[in-house]
Amino acid sequence: MTKLSFVAFDGTRFDVDAENGSTVMENAIRNAVPGIEAECGGACACATCHVYVDEEWTGVVGEPEAMEEDMLDFAYEVQPNSRLSCQIKVRDELDGLVVRVPERQG
Amino acid sequence: MTTTTQTDVLIIGAGPVGLFAVFELGLFDMKCHLVDILDRPGGQCAELYPEKPIYDIPALPSVTAQGLVDRLMEQIAPFKPTFSFNRMVSSLEKLEDGGFRATTDENEVIEAKVVVIAAGGGSFQPKRPPIPGIEAFEGTSVFYSVRRMEEFRGHDLVIVGGGDSALDWTLNLQPVAKSVTLVHRRPEFRAAPDSVNKMYALQEMRELEFQVGQVTGLAGSGGQLTSATVKGPDGDVEVACTRMLPFFGLTMKLGPIADWGLNLHENLIPVDTEKFETSVPGIFAIGDINWYPGKLKLILSGFHEAALMAQAAKRIVSPGERIVFQYTTSSTSLQKKLGVA
Repeated sequence: MTKLSFVAFDGTRFDVDAENGSTVMENAIRNAVPGIEAECGGACACATCHVYVDEEWTGVVGEPEAMEEDMLDFAYEVQPNSRLSCQIKVRDELDGLVVRVPERQG
Repeated sequence: MTTTTQTDVLIIGAGPVGLFAVFELGLFDMKCHLVDILDRPGGQCAELYPEKPIYDIPALPSVTAQGLVDRLMEQIAPFKPTFSFNRMVSSLEKLEDGGFRATTDENEVIEAKVVVIAAGGGSFQPKRPPIPGIEAFEGTSVFYSVRRMEEFRGHDLVIVGGGDSALDWTLNLQPVAKSVTLVHRRPEFRAAPDSVNKMYALQEMRELEFQVGQVTGLAGSGGQLTSATVKGPDGDVEVACTRMLPFFGLTMKLGPIADWGLNLHENLIPVDTEKFETSVPGIFAIGDINWYPGKLKLILSGFHEAALMAQAAKRIVSPGERIVFQYTTSSTSLQKKLGVA
């Protein structure tokens, strides 16, 4: 199990155990993290699972691919550490990952 | 001019479930007319994830969403359904003879004996960009589509977005508007490379401005826009403008369905699980838009709902007629309808 932490917009922290291979978005939904909508269900088609990757983790998590970049155009307050959580796959190196949920989704 | 289409069944929504309803209704000789806000059949499958594989359609281990739509179109072809694309049913009224009259946003009238709402997550509508206070300018200075180019003549125009709509309108309105500023989060675009090159060429000739950044605020009063704040890599920039066209893709909204007098349950339409009929007799709801205990938003559930709905619809369209349950495998009469016997 890989540990992930979600920080909701109001500061509430959700520490969850995630299975490798699952997406960060799936773990947010499974644990009812507020502010992650995932309208399209993980098809990289809606930009409503937008998160900010903690600055210390951006290097490990990596950059979005072209399709995700395109979709991020529709997100709210996009920053250099913005990612769509449905496109981040959980793996060993992400143990301890912290992502923050934006004020709102689109 | 108002045109009136007469049909047995009006299906609102041409997604996979609406399309399969044509098949089930067609086996019982009911003619269908479908209305959809998109410009082609397929609903979310076509608009949101055409290339994505679906793995839970019975007997199709893997099919792309567009592939599923193509197969459904082939399957219902024998029943010759008719379509109104780029249209939304804006009002629905019950007629004295028990039928229904639907009017689209373009004032077309469709009269049907039965209405089937297969509208999924609602109708696709332009997404409102997350700019505080934008509502105050909508319809007066901020528009999500271009109905007439003349309405932008002589205006200082800001266009926001990086897709084909944003680029196409930048190029088309550039000769008409007083000035055009295109705002996009980054210098890369989703739009066709040819349009992007044309835009950069015009920028080179100082015929338009391209600003990298996100619009974070609007200024003006009484619905009249005077400037937009663009947060770019080098800080905030004020762009003077009197019109704005944001192109932020589509989102799904229940829309006018909420005004048709149907009982609703959290933006879904409650139905019974025998006929999938709504609180108004003669109006059915199938697929993602309906709700009943145990409901699963699966395409296969929608197909099942379509089959049961068709039985009930037949009783309304052909009252008194005996409904014979038949298999397409063995029934020559069904096979004739399908054009295979």
